[in-house]
Amino acid sequence: MAYRCSITSTSWGCSRVSRILRTLQKRGSSLATGAGQRSRLAAIPTARSFERALGDAGLWPLRSLVLDILQINLGKRCNQTCKHCHVDAGPDRTEVMPREVVEAVLAFLERARIPTLDITGGAPELHPDFREIVVRAANAGAHVMHRCNLTAVLLPNYRDIPALLAAHRVEIVASLPYFQGRETDAQRGDGVFDESIESLRWLNSLGYGRGTGLALNLVTNPVGTYLPGNQAALEVRWKGEMRRRYGIEFDRLYTITNMPISRFLEFLDDREQTEEYLTRLVNAFNPAAAAGVMCRGTLSVGYDGTLYDCDFNQMLDLPVDGRGPRTIFDADVALLEGREILVGPHCFGCTAGAGSSCGGAVA
Amino acid sequence: MSTSQPPSHAGSAHYYNAADLGKFSDIARGNSELARKFFDWYGAVFAEGALTQREKSLIALAVSHAVQCPYCIDAYSKDALEKGSNLDEMTEAVHVAAAIRGGASLVHGVQMLNHVDELGM
Repeated sequence: MAYRCSITSTSWGCSRVSRILRTLQKRGSSLATGAGQRSRLAAIPTARSFERALGDAGLWPLRSLVLDILQINLGKRCNQTCKHCHVDAGPDRTEVMPREVVEAVLAFLERARIPTLDITGGAPELHPDFREIVVRAANAGAHVMHRCNLTAVLLPNYRDIPALLAAHRVEIVASLPYFQGRETDAQRGDGVFDESIESLRWLNSLGYGRGTGLALNLVTNPVGTYLPGNQAALEVRWKGEMRRRYGIEFDRLYTITNMPISRFLEFLDDREQTEEYLTRLVNAFNPAAAAGVMCRGTLSVGYDGTLYDCDFNQMLDLPVDGRGPRTIFDADVALLEGREILVGPHCFGCTAGAGSSCGGAVA
Repeated sequence: MSTSQPPSHAGSAHYYNAADLGKFSDIARGNSELARKFFDWYGAVFAEGALTQREKSLIALAVSHAVQCPYCIDAYSKDALEKGSNLDEMTEAVHVAAAIRGGASLVHGVQMLNHVDELGM
C-alpha cells in the first residue's frame, strides 16, 4: 500500500510512502529478466496448462488473424513506478527505441497499411521522437493511439504534447485505476491521482472525451489481487462519479486484468499469493475470451525492433515464432499473419472472465 | 487398521478452513436437487435487478459481518472490490451492520426498563 499506518498507546496515524520505487532491474531482482520470470511462472502448479486450456476450447495452436494493430513499445523510461507495471518501467531505466527502429516502424506501417498504430512504453512522451512518430503516422493515414500515464504531460518539457495529440486526432488511452486518490496512489505513487485529474481536465478542455471525435478512454485495473468487474457496469458508475466529483467526461472505460509478470509477480510473491492468483485466473478461463485475445490481431515491436505477439511476451523475452520474420527490419504481413502465437501460463491473465486486452474486456 | 490416508479434515484443530469455501458446491453430494435449487436461487438473488449487483454485494458484505460468516466476508470483500466498491463504502456498510447489531442489543434495554418499572416502586 502507499500508506503505512501505526497505532501506539499514545497515537495513531497513517502516512504515505515514497512515489518513486527502484525498478526490479535496479535492484538486481531475479524477476528483472524474461528468463527469470518464465522460470518463476513455470514453478507454479496449475490445474491445467494454457496450451491444454486452448486445446480443450478447440483453439490450439492459437494463430494470429488479420493484422489490425501495430503496437510499438518506445522503451522502459517512465516518470512513474507503478506497483503492477509489467514493463518494470521507471526513471532509472534507459532503454529507448533507437532512430533506425523508429524509421523501420514507420516504413512498415506505411508499406503494410496497418490501420492502427498503438504507442506504448514506459511513458511514450519521454521518447525524443514521440512527436515526430505521432505526426508521421497520422499523416500516413493510420489511426494513432497513445497509452498515457496522465502525469508525463505535466512535466515542464512535455506540455505541448496534448495539443499536438488533439491536432492529429490521436486517441488517448489513459491509465486510472480508480476514481479516488487512495486507491490510485496506492498503485501508481503518491500524488499521481491529483495530477491525473489535472491532466484529464486539461484534455477535456481540448475537446477530448466530449463527443467531438477526440477519444479519451480510461483504463482501470484492480488495485490488488482481485479480478476486474463487469466493464459495462463499471463504466456507468465511473462516468457518474467522474462527472459528479471532478467534472470530467470520458468516452469508454476499459478493464484490464493485472498480469502475473514483472512487478506484479513480485508483489504476489511478496504476499505469498502467486499460486492463489494464478489459480483464480486459471479457474476463470473463458473460451470466448481466448478466441478474442488481442494478440491475434496485433504485432508488438520492442524498443530494439524485435517482434512479439504482445507486450507481455515482449517483457518475457518471447519473440514471435522463429519460422517467420522476427524483427521490424524484415517484417512482412503475409509471413506474419496466421503465425503460431507463443503462449504460457501468463496468458491466463488475458482469458479470465470477460477477458482482458489493451482495449479492455473482449468477451 | 486401514492403511489408506485419512480425509484431509481429520484431526483438524479448527472448524473454519479458507479452502472450504471453494468446496461449497460439494454440498450437492447429499442432495443434488436441493443444492441446485439453492444455487439457482442464489444466482437469481444476486443478478442485476431493481438493485445493482454492486449494491447487492455491499448488502451481502454487511450481512456477512452481522452473521459473522468468515466464508462470506472472504467472498464479499473480494466481490465488492471487483464490483468497483471502495474501502470507504465497504467500511460504511460494515458499520451499518455493526450499528444494527449494537442497536439490537440496546433497544432491548427498553424491555429491561419495563421490568425495572414493573419490579420497582
